[in-house]
Amino acid sequence: MSRFPGVDLLELDALLTDEERLVRDTVRTFVDDKVKPIIEECHREARTPLELVPEMGALNLFGASISEYGLPGLGGVAYGLIMQELERGDSGLRSFVSVQSSLVMYPIYAFGSQAQKDRWIPKLASGEAIGCFGLTEPDFGSNPGGMRTFAKRDGDGWVLNGSKQWITNGTLADVAVVWAKTDDGVRGFVVEKGTPGFTSSDQHGKFSLRASTTSELGFQDCRIPGDAILPGTTGLKNALMCLNQARYGIAWGGVGSAMETFHTALTYAKERVQFHGQPIASHQLIQEKLAWMATEISKGQLLCLQLGRLKDNGRLKHWHISMGKRNNIWLARECARIAREILGANGIVDDYPVIRHMLNIESVFTYEGTHDIHGLIIGEALTGIPAYNPPIRDEKPARRTEPAPAAAGARG
Amino acid sequence: MRIAVCIKQVPNTEARLRVSRDGTWLEEDDLPFVINENDTFALEEGLKWAEATGGEVVVFSLGPDRVKDALLKALAVGAARAVHLADPAFLGGDALATGRALAAAIRREAFDLVLTGSQSDDLRFGGTGSIIAGHLGWPHVWLVMGVEVEAGHRTAKVTREMESGVNEISRVALPAVLEIQAGINHPRYASLKGIMAAKKKEISRPTPAELGLDAAAVGAAGSRLEVVSVAFPESGSGAQMLEGDVKTAVAALVEKLQKEARVL
Repeated sequence: MSRFPGVDLLELDALLTDEERLVRDTVRTFVDDKVKPIIEECHREARTPLELVPEMGALNLFGASISEYGLPGLGGVAYGLIMQELERGDSGLRSFVSVQSSLVMYPIYAFGSQAQKDRWIPKLASGEAIGCFGLTEPDFGSNPGGMRTFAKRDGDGWVLNGSKQWITNGTLADVAVVWAKTDDGVRGFVVEKGTPGFTSSDQHGKFSLRASTTSELGFQDCRIPGDAILPGTTGLKNALMCLNQARYGIAWGGVGSAMETFHTALTYAKERVQFHGQPIASHQLIQEKLAWMATEISKGQLLCLQLGRLKDNGRLKHWHISMGKRNNIWLARECARIAREILGANGIVDDYPVIRHMLNIESVFTYEGTHDIHGLIIGEALTGIPAYNPPIRDEKPARRTEPAPAAAGARG
Repeated sequence: MRIAVCIKQVPNTEARLRVSRDGTWLEEDDLPFVINENDTFALEEGLKWAEATGGEVVVFSLGPDRVKDALLKALAVGAARAVHLADPAFLGGDALATGRALAAAIRREAFDLVLTGSQSDDLRFGGTGSIIAGHLGWPHVWLVMGVEVEAGHRTAKVTREMESGVNEISRVALPAVLEIQAGINHPRYASLKGIMAAKKKEISRPTPAELGLDAAAVGAAGSRLEVVSVAFPESGSGAQMLEGDVKTAVAALVEKLQKEARVL
């Protein structure tokens, strides 16, 4: 069994607590033992590795930040390290856990009624139930505030109409956290599988995140009971709070993906012999590429660690998360491409994990807030000027008619 | 049953290894360490029998401060507490000195079974378990591939894999020392809850005096074997690549085996 030795050039391990290291090592071993042997096949077959779900539940990987319901109540850094190691395995698998933990368990735990929590948190924690998150719509990605899905009061219940797209785990889910406009602003709803008028279908033809299920959700005169609303939700900001949780984890995930492609490239370069029996690692151009990757990964690790410490001290701002997600997914994308170059033709076949990571990271680059939108979020924090909605020429000075999309760019 | 499990922390062999400046060991500075693989199977076997019989596992290890990581991992998967022989006097010893110290620590409590891995991935002496058994005066079995504690917990049926796939099964009187081979079971992962619980469990650090040992009898001072040097093997030369399709290459290989190597 090949054991990933880690990438820690700046000795950042010394900045982790014993507990954080143990959490990281447990997930690292799980990924080496259980994920890596099957993930290329899952990617080929476009299959979510559902066989891993019960074991991930037993390890407490779902809802690990929650401290009630017998869950471990991990801090921000430990949670981030879980995401790092899972994404070292596969971005699709990390997406599964991000959605289950940050986009389904978190809103039910933070905004749900006691009955909703008691019904869903234990099942979602064990993996007995799978959840999905419906915010993005076919015409509203970076601007979720424009959503058309509407929940209308009807007697003591609600009637939902609309559709959601790019929903991770949509067809697998037993329960969907769905965001809809109401006469009273945007609210969150818990919609159960099998509710009449609620349909889901899979997105086919994906060249990325193939080990993950991506779906479309449809609501046609879908009647849900009055207690399906998440009572603690008061507007779009609650959906954005969920996305902040998920995006924080993605910043760590980017480092994990980059560590995997870097480690693969380094190992390959030392073994691959060309010209006079020398390994290609002896070539200056290869060394420069490896040095670039190692340096960027080390910077990404430092960024993550500081985000985690800010989170644990209650000082983490949404634009800090944007900086982490934007930078680290960019570095993962660059590392995947450079690793692909170093592996030559072997970089395009799935005997090695590089091409899979390279394809996966294209999704991550634009989901959960595109790279560009996160740049604008940082820009707004720096200048105080929101630039998401440029003025339209030949018209009156632009007037913002839709909610501030500082949150923009969703994904289920 | 009360079960003692001895574990060793060893370098992760996937990492880049460098010989230390004095040439007698590896440069440990930036080396990642893990629990010796065979020992993880010994730990799982101990946890399994402790659970089946309503007992507990106490984990023992000898080594510097970094070994705490390995002990925490053992506590996170379910050991009740840990004993860490970390006093500088214990360090740098051979199997004889290490076995003597571990046996003294184990003897302070009543155990039904002592489990160890059958050898370590770094030094591969494979002697520490036998030496512990010698000091305790208990029977021991090496290269164990199966353990079945029998009713009453007075004996265990122990399977060893011999040459040519033959299994030897022996009945051993307890208490005994069993040295476990990799592959005997499926070591569990620490759950995140287990990790959170581990930090509340006790890790005691007895000194040689507390174990009733003279500091000169343990560690480097108590050793009879000295590592003179450690080196990577010289890489060989003279490998030949046979070109062409399988048929051509096989014909060329047979000819070389007959005429050059003269082994056919």
